[in-house]
Amino acid sequence: MKNTEKGIGKEAIRESRKLKLKIFMKNKLAVVGLVITILIVFLGVFADVICPEGPYVMDIAKRYIEPCGEYIFGTDKMGRDVFARIVYGIRISLLVGAVTTLVTFIFGMVLGMIAGYFKKVDNIIMRICEALMSIPPVLMAIALMSALEPSITSVIMSLCIVYTPQIARVARGATIAAKENTYIEAATAQGASSLRILLHHIAPNILSPVIVQGTYIFATAIILEASLSFLGAGIPAPAPSLGNILYEAKEGIFTANWLTIYPGIAMVLTVLGINILGDGLRDVLDPKSN
Amino acid sequence: MTEKNKELLRVENLKTTFKTVRGTVTSIDGVSFSVGKGEILGVVGESGCGKSVTSQSIMRLYDEKKLVTYEGEIFFNGENLLEYSEKQMRTIRGNKIAMIFQDALSSLNPVFTLGEQISEALMLHQGMKKKEAMVKAEEMLRLTGIPAPEKRVKCYPHELSGGMRQRAMIAMALCCQPELLIADEPTTALDVTIQAQILELIVKLNNTLDMGIMLITHDLGVVAQICQRVIIMYLGQVVEEGKIDDIFDNPKHPYTMGLIKSIPTLNTNRKEPLYMIKGTVPALGQEGGGCRFCDRCNYATDKCKNTPPEIMDIGANRKVRCHNYSEITKL
Repeated sequence: MKNTEKGIGKEAIRESRKLKLKIFMKNKLAVVGLVITILIVFLGVFADVICPEGPYVMDIAKRYIEPCGEYIFGTDKMGRDVFARIVYGIRISLLVGAVTTLVTFIFGMVLGMIAGYFKKVDNIIMRICEALMSIPPVLMAIALMSALEPSITSVIMSLCIVYTPQIARVARGATIAAKENTYIEAATAQGASSLRILLHHIAPNILSPVIVQGTYIFATAIILEASLSFLGAGIPAPAPSLGNILYEAKEGIFTANWLTIYPGIAMVLTVLGINILGDGLRDVLDPKSN
Repeated sequence: MTEKNKELLRVENLKTTFKTVRGTVTSIDGVSFSVGKGEILGVVGESGCGKSVTSQSIMRLYDEKKLVTYEGEIFFNGENLLEYSEKQMRTIRGNKIAMIFQDALSSLNPVFTLGEQISEALMLHQGMKKKEAMVKAEEMLRLTGIPAPEKRVKCYPHELSGGMRQRAMIAMALCCQPELLIADEPTTALDVTIQAQILELIVKLNNTLDMGIMLITHDLGVVAQICQRVIIMYLGQVVEEGKIDDIFDNPKHPYTMGLIKSIPTLNTNRKEPLYMIKGTVPALGQEGGGCRFCDRCNYATDKCKNTPPEIMDIGANRKVRCHNYSEITKL
């Protein structure tokens, strides 16, 4: 193909992606979100390189040291390095958020598409989802956590149960809208089975609203995990998460305020970064906003 | 020529009923017709006459989505499609019977390239590998006369013009060499030049591939141009059937007469308003006890209002559903 010609098909898609990247880069706020998120993810992923001694080293002699050269964020009541705890806390919070998003995405898509496509089971699936959604997320998660053994896996499981209905609902709505398209009828007329139509024709067409919902769930899952940990129903100590660092810090809130301030800032930055990034992505991905 | 007259599809007394919130609606009621091998049958009627329901009933496209019951028989190559299981039906759809839809843009999936969509049926029915199917897809596009098919296979539907999309739809329908092609208003969304090209293409493919075609349209001009036989539908029933010349030269049913009279010709007096059939197609379920057309017919008698006419064989391959067809000669 000649270089002068405008690309077609997949090539055009690649070109328009480049263009979208340019538009995204012009949105300063979104770039800030991207930088924050990259930084946070970097901290989480390379936690053991940044703090090789880990978050558990205790030294009672060095309790409640104010932020200084050696301990930039100070130490807590057991003499643990707060910076290290925050870095590992970010790692766990991101892990919980990412796995929850992935699992709810998969289950939500499957349930939502089945409910949207097969009228017969729609009522059953959606009523169960609504029943789950009628309970406030925090209460629901606490109730689930009290039934399960406290561990990271349990936290992820209960977050998935809380958030899967939300994805399922979005996926169902998009499926109902997509299956009315003539191209679905045309695919049936080509001899495609229901399964093939669902996976091959409907799924790619409903991805964007579900992905948008997914970014939202990523951010809220981190907050909900922190809330659970703060209430003592989340990640069990001594493993650090942004929530339980704050929980342990609340005793010294007036005397050792660095224990709450720095983890709090980390928490805010994480969620804010992801949210701003998500908003920026939405603006680029949504064709109506251009 | 003998091969040409062999029967490919025979629909007998087809009745399609939908269950809706407001009760059942009988969309088509006792439709019978046949399509021979290599024959082009026109299906004509106003909007809402059940043309599309008839075609989609043959493909049984309503099975999954809506609560539907079929009565009657649909024989395809001597086998009743209504007795087929869903799995058997899938081997028919896209393989033996293919369909071209009216609006090509909304009938093509926006997230796939043309090549991917055309090759789908090939992979499903002929067990082709992706690579092989893509080559064949390009070949099919070339057959439909798309310029530069090697580039078009890589295009997404929104990158093409309306005419090219319709050609792509045709390529999609024809890739498995179906025995019957159902073309549901294939040219409605196109301008006249492209329409002529598409029709020419359909006729050419009909000649070379020798498949039966059911052409659904509300454009009598299109029918006159390419069909050998035509059925006229009104409110879910066939009201007249016959060879194309007979229908145009000597229509028997007042509805057919009205349709033909509403075509503007070069001799039409431009100062007079164009003829139209009075009233509109009544909603389904509101038809009275008599002839379904009687409210709009200038010749309706008491008999028409009370007894529904049966479709009558009046010789020379013609059928008509009217009590007074022998008396009515002109509108």
